[in-house]
Amino acid sequence: MSSVRVLVGTQKGAFILTSDGKRKQWDISGPHFAGWEIYHINGSPADPDRIYASQSTGWFGQVIQRSTDGGKTWGPVGNKFVYEGVPGSHKWYDGSPHPWEFKRVWNLQPSLVEPDTIYAGVEDAALFRSTDGGESWQEFPGLRSAKGDLWQPGAGGMCLHTILLDPSNPKRIFVAISAAGAFRTDDGGESWLPINNGLKSPFELPDPTAEVGHCVHNLAMHPARPTVLYMQKHWDVMRSENAGELWQEVSGNLPSDFGFPIAVHAHEPDTVYVVPIKSDGEHYPPDGKLRVYRSRTGGNDWEALTNGLPQADCYVNVLRSAMAVDALDSCGIYFGTTGGQVYASADSGDTWAPIVHDLPRVYSVEVQTLQ
Amino acid sequence: MIRVILPAHLQRLANVHREAEVQVAGPVTQRSILDALETKYPMLRGTIRDQVTHERRAFIRFFACGEDISFVAADTRLAPAIAMGTEPFRIVGAMAGG
Repeated sequence: MSSVRVLVGTQKGAFILTSDGKRKQWDISGPHFAGWEIYHINGSPADPDRIYASQSTGWFGQVIQRSTDGGKTWGPVGNKFVYEGVPGSHKWYDGSPHPWEFKRVWNLQPSLVEPDTIYAGVEDAALFRSTDGGESWQEFPGLRSAKGDLWQPGAGGMCLHTILLDPSNPKRIFVAISAAGAFRTDDGGESWLPINNGLKSPFELPDPTAEVGHCVHNLAMHPARPTVLYMQKHWDVMRSENAGELWQEVSGNLPSDFGFPIAVHAHEPDTVYVVPIKSDGEHYPPDGKLRVYRSRTGGNDWEALTNGLPQADCYVNVLRSAMAVDALDSCGIYFGTTGGQVYASADSGDTWAPIVHDLPRVYSVEVQTLQ
Repeated sequence: MIRVILPAHLQRLANVHREAEVQVAGPVTQRSILDALETKYPMLRGTIRDQVTHERRAFIRFFACGEDISFVAADTRLAPAIAMGTEPFRIVGAMAGG
């Protein structure tokens, strides 16, 4: 019988929640790496028992952990992230040049086919890869050549927070950086193109349609249709039909088009989920109502999903990596909040229930569908 | 044997109970203690000092015999009490905020 494993990264450790395919009863293990910030914990699609975690604190820096038994036991692997060559400078908050400095790993994306290969998105923004299970890491410096000197940190830092691997083309990778924008490689990471045409950032950039500098919060794709991309930008929900060559706004009737995560239904490539947040200055849901919005038309037409979610006095946020879907026949949707709740829906978002109430601030949620 | 007291986060990472013990061949200094510590516990590399420059991380402090020696040159010989293990070499996560 199928089961699911939900991997939750929090401000004070990692938690692993497991359930059978009914998704009614949940077992919780953790905290793993207690007291450390877990920006991301993610499993290998090629070997679900292989899980990687990004463990860090401001005091003690970065550690990468690896499990080969589905998260029961862990061991530290390589944590040496060194930029290739002389990294130079990017823009600081005030526009002055600032040297490139490694701070932490925001996102870990295991290869779709090779358990020992994993990609790491880091702050200050760069993409690294390991081909030996995390023991050693090498940067793709070509990404920083895509006008990296003009990139500037967002409020959370200058982080590469999203990595999408194209299942139909192993040489194509999409990444997103705050606040630089979205980028694509078609040659396995050697060279990169900014793919920000169509984005408009009139409140954040002197040139609202600049080639780089946009504060992209998250990207999503459906694996069966990898040329169609969805984006939650700082403001605006966007869609591209052509692998990022051109973006069109699909915010439609959302109560706010500010937000962080975006996700696509496992079986319906045009069904998309976002969590509207009031504004960049007020990181909580509009009107104190925690509502996931679903579009079944690839954007523009959105419906509020509220059944089982708090509809009064709710002032949590949902961070960019904190929403994921499972691949069971009745698709499950999961998201975690800064208040420490993880909510789940086993029916594509029609009804919701918390599967854990009181974790530390949730940074990330990933889901593994197990046979 | 030189005694090293790690902060709680690093005790868990290195799987040691409060104190780690290391042996140093030659002069006992900050650098030689940290070299020996990272050799015995490679998971600590990068958590106390930078992996490339070996500079102390900003929020780490070193204490010996009750004195903050964080800004003493890394190759300065430490007190005999540290070398003999009667006093521990303390690695402390500096406090910030409240």
